[in-house]
Amino acid sequence: MELVKELPEVFEEFAEQRKNSFLALKQIKDKGIPVIGAYCTYFPTEIARAMGAVTVGLCSTSDETIPAAEKYLPKNLCPLIKSSYGFAITDKCPFFYFSDVVVGETTCDGKKKMYEYLSEIKNCFLMELPNTQNEAAFKLWKSEIIRFKEYLEEQFDTTITEDAIREAIKVENKARLALKELYQVMRADPAPIKGHDLWRVLYGSTFKFDRAKIPEEVHALVEKINAEYAAGKMEEKKPRILITGCPIGGAPEKVIDAIENNGGIVVTFENCSGAKSIDQLVDEDNPDVYDALARRYLNIGCSVMTPNKNRLDLLSRLIDEYKVDGVVEMTLQACHTYNVETFAIRRFVNEVKGIPYIHVETDYSQADIGQLNTRLTAFIEML
Amino acid sequence: MNNLNYVGIDIGSTASKVAVLGDHDEKFVLPTGWSSKETCQTIKMKLKEMGVDVESDDTIVVATGYGRVAVDFADHVITEITCHARGGRALSDSDSLAIIDVGGQDTKVILVEHGMVQDFLMNDKCSAGTGKFLEIMANRLGVTLNEIFDMASGGKVLPISSLCTVFAESEVINYIGQGCKREDIAAGVVDSVASKVAQLGMRKNLPDKVILTGGLSHSTYFTQILSDKVGKTVENTPDGRYAGAVGAAILGKEKSRRK
Repeated sequence: MELVKELPEVFEEFAEQRKNSFLALKQIKDKGIPVIGAYCTYFPTEIARAMGAVTVGLCSTSDETIPAAEKYLPKNLCPLIKSSYGFAITDKCPFFYFSDVVVGETTCDGKKKMYEYLSEIKNCFLMELPNTQNEAAFKLWKSEIIRFKEYLEEQFDTTITEDAIREAIKVENKARLALKELYQVMRADPAPIKGHDLWRVLYGSTFKFDRAKIPEEVHALVEKINAEYAAGKMEEKKPRILITGCPIGGAPEKVIDAIENNGGIVVTFENCSGAKSIDQLVDEDNPDVYDALARRYLNIGCSVMTPNKNRLDLLSRLIDEYKVDGVVEMTLQACHTYNVETFAIRRFVNEVKGIPYIHVETDYSQADIGQLNTRLTAFIEML
Repeated sequence: MNNLNYVGIDIGSTASKVAVLGDHDEKFVLPTGWSSKETCQTIKMKLKEMGVDVESDDTIVVATGYGRVAVDFADHVITEITCHARGGRALSDSDSLAIIDVGGQDTKVILVEHGMVQDFLMNDKCSAGTGKFLEIMANRLGVTLNEIFDMASGGKVLPISSLCTVFAESEVINYIGQGCKREDIAAGVVDSVASKVAQLGMRKNLPDKVILTGGLSHSTYFTQILSDKVGKTVENTPDGRYAGAVGAAILGKEKSRRK
């Protein structure tokens, strides 16, 4: 396969930060390293890493390209899907642009159908993600992981050994443990740092290409936070909020601000890039690496699963561990699975955990900041 | 501890409401106009004429409503949800109730149990089911807000199906063009607002005690329609438009007592 190495034609129009991302990726590509882009936390990154590829998340988080996407996609579709497709067709996303293969999974209906259009402009590999978590499903997901491995071997004319996968599993597990150690600093009451600062590190880590360096960098940060905490540097005591729901990176971070600018502090994130994608490790003792990967990934408690007990289990643990006073669920407009599941989450949080819950629905625009502020301030006043 | 006054200022999108408790006992309302800041200055002067100096240490000012941040002389800023809940409790003399507030740009349903806000809902980014909708339609029919209720009570409901205020207005124009009776159009307009408000209310399990606050809270005609739609008696509150301001003033008193 010929790797994408040239910059796009629109490159010169971009702002500094995006130019830098393009250039960083170009350096990687110039070294002959393939880039595999993925859209979902179910993506078994270890397989691509075992091949020596760099992996990167492609879910887009700004409304910049939504008008471009709405030429082809319906207006009342999830903003994440519209934005992602918009970035793909306009060459504005460095990560999509330099991806040699993009991997989609049959998660939600909107993404699944969007991938059909993506495959017209990019090498697209679609993994069939089961929508339940029984033995038959694990078997299917394992076979999909093997099929993905074989696809990469064929596309890049290489061999991916089990030893290399095992090694990649160890590296990813170490990164997960480090990030977990980081977010666990928020167990302290009062919290040592703002939830938004924690979020920036968690989300930023998904764009670190050298995964092996994550533990060291994150550990240094944890030491610094702990030392400052011991010296008395901490946040004021405030109502402690857990955020759950749709992916919250980028534009929806306005919800984190609406909480933290109005008297609350976010102590834990259940969302993608938060505990949902970090909490569980891949079993390094399982002799069957594909089985270990399949179980770890398929067990993720996203609302595309039915039933989705693992999400409640994780929420329950987080609420207890982080002494949470109230739960804020953020869903993106037209995300059916998360929107429908809000009823179950509200019931669980109110009745089983006995704490208040609020659901806010938003999109990638900034038009509803006033309304979000009023709702979330009122929620915090209630606690 | 004499001459203490607690002032609640509720800057709504249409009307600004002020309530004073303590040494003085006052309530007044004025249009918010185009500048919340200017309105705040007018309020300040008006209070001064009444003998209430907002800058004095003996006066606690709590601001609420969408323009709450414009009140630069406020000691506390509290959302309209919390203030309406507190004011609703005081006006209804009840600690467990639902408050339906139809405001100029927001409609909210607040559930209060044992004096605490348990849950609340607000309308989305749409003016259907708010006072603004009614105001626009009343304008179109050439009557005031009060007159539209009187007119509607003598009419038969003409269906207005659009969820969007702008589209609904064209439905009204259509009816006018067809020569329909103004009373019937008015009845359709009021029914449409009540339906949207009821839909919001019925998304929660309403308790037995439900009150209406906001600018329409005096209309028994409106609460009757609303009651029919939600299947519970929705009570009028005589000072309902001051619920937020009264709540803010009470919260000011409670906050200073806690200190």
